[in-house]
Amino acid sequence: MQTLERTPLHGRHVELGARLVPFAGWEMPVQYEGVIAEHRAVRTDCGVFDVSHMGELEVEGPRAAELLQDLLSNDLDRVDVGEAQYTLLTNERGGIVDDLIVYKLDPYHFLLIVNAANTRADYEWLKERELRGSDVRDVSSEYALLAVQGPRSIERLGLPDAKPFTFAEGELGGVECMVNRTGYTGERGVELLVEADDAVRLWDVVLERGARPCGLGARDTLRLEVCYPLHGNDITPETDAISAGLGWVCALDKQFTGVEELRRIKEAGPSRRLAAFVMVDKAIPRAGMAIAEGGEVTSGSLSPMLDVGIGMGYVEASGAAPDSELTIDVRGRSRKARVVKKPIYKRDD
Amino acid sequence: MAAAETYPDDLKYHQEHDWARVDGDEATLGITWFAQDALGELVHFEPPQEGSEVTKDSSYGEVESVKAVSEVIAPLSGEVVEVNRKVVDEPEIVNDDPYGDGWLVRIRLADSGEADSLLDAEAYKQLLAEQ
Repeated sequence: MQTLERTPLHGRHVELGARLVPFAGWEMPVQYEGVIAEHRAVRTDCGVFDVSHMGELEVEGPRAAELLQDLLSNDLDRVDVGEAQYTLLTNERGGIVDDLIVYKLDPYHFLLIVNAANTRADYEWLKERELRGSDVRDVSSEYALLAVQGPRSIERLGLPDAKPFTFAEGELGGVECMVNRTGYTGERGVELLVEADDAVRLWDVVLERGARPCGLGARDTLRLEVCYPLHGNDITPETDAISAGLGWVCALDKQFTGVEELRRIKEAGPSRRLAAFVMVDKAIPRAGMAIAEGGEVTSGSLSPMLDVGIGMGYVEASGAAPDSELTIDVRGRSRKARVVKKPIYKRDD
Repeated sequence: MAAAETYPDDLKYHQEHDWARVDGDEATLGITWFAQDALGELVHFEPPQEGSEVTKDSSYGEVESVKAVSEVIAPLSGEVVEVNRKVVDEPEIVNDDPYGDGWLVRIRLADSGEADSLLDAEAYKQLLAEQ
């Protein structure tokens, strides 16, 4: 039996009565009081997630940018120091090894925040391709990461306004951290990268300022409502960025791993597309369910904001346009769904 | 508000965390406090059709939370005479009141002797304590 890793905040989760579950090799809070209430707190006010399971890789050296520009799909040349970029680590077939955010700390020093389940694979992928003059290090165990998200998050934390996908060194209640204007909920907010030893102090400060503790259950429903793909479900090494609707993070005019294949798919048009849908019939779609028109659900849940079943899945390109009807096989029962434009949920303001 | 943990003495219990309230040749069925707590806030109840037969120890419906799906096991056999439509519309009633307004179906019993094999509240609590 494999023992589960624990974040520096594990004791705080236990004290708060969180329900802890295994996730990507970690023992993580799936909920504290309830997924729906936590979800709504993030949509209306402010919530905090312990996402310390996520991996941090540093790439440093005179040729660090060159290495990353060769391996990542987005155009790193467009990123200045103090800025971050959503990008993909791709394989030769154009498949997605991982999706991640790269932070440019200085011209020769980059931080990659990657999915927990892929930290090892990403590290090895980069390490095997390291150039002389680009050092790759896994620094995951040195840091904790708190995502503070919601329309009131910046105000509650007392932070100055800043543009999305920027970052700066900051301090909250005397605790130093890196303040990243990024997130996975579709709301404004920050992700605070902090030294592992300071994580509990920072967590306590964030809670004192009114953020509600939220688990990975709400994190999943929040990201699904705004159609952010989940690696391992919606995107995998077997699925390509074009079919997944992530062409916008692929700089097809530059050279990177798998670009030829991605250009070919784009040129020919993908045969399948990752579509978002809303249930017409009363049912909750789940990952793995078959779609009668061809395809499969890759993510599904109840939308706490819309109070209907929602999901994403790969469908034939001809049936991926908004308003197309889909039939989901819900454990042997046929249930109707309708393709919608992404995102599924958008605040009407 | 979620209900406090209770296991009423007037109910019969099935080890798959279902309860039955027997009344003459009929019984009302539902899931226990333990079952709803394990699932979390319910967001969907897929009921059987009225008039269909349910069989003791077999699934007759599904309940779902945001994260999980669970089959509902019939503690007794019989014909479904009523489905709790309020729970179909507002499944969270089960969390609020699992033994009252949160009942799931009412059945006409096929064999009134079957109830003898179910657990009483003490035996069910014992079972939970051993888990």
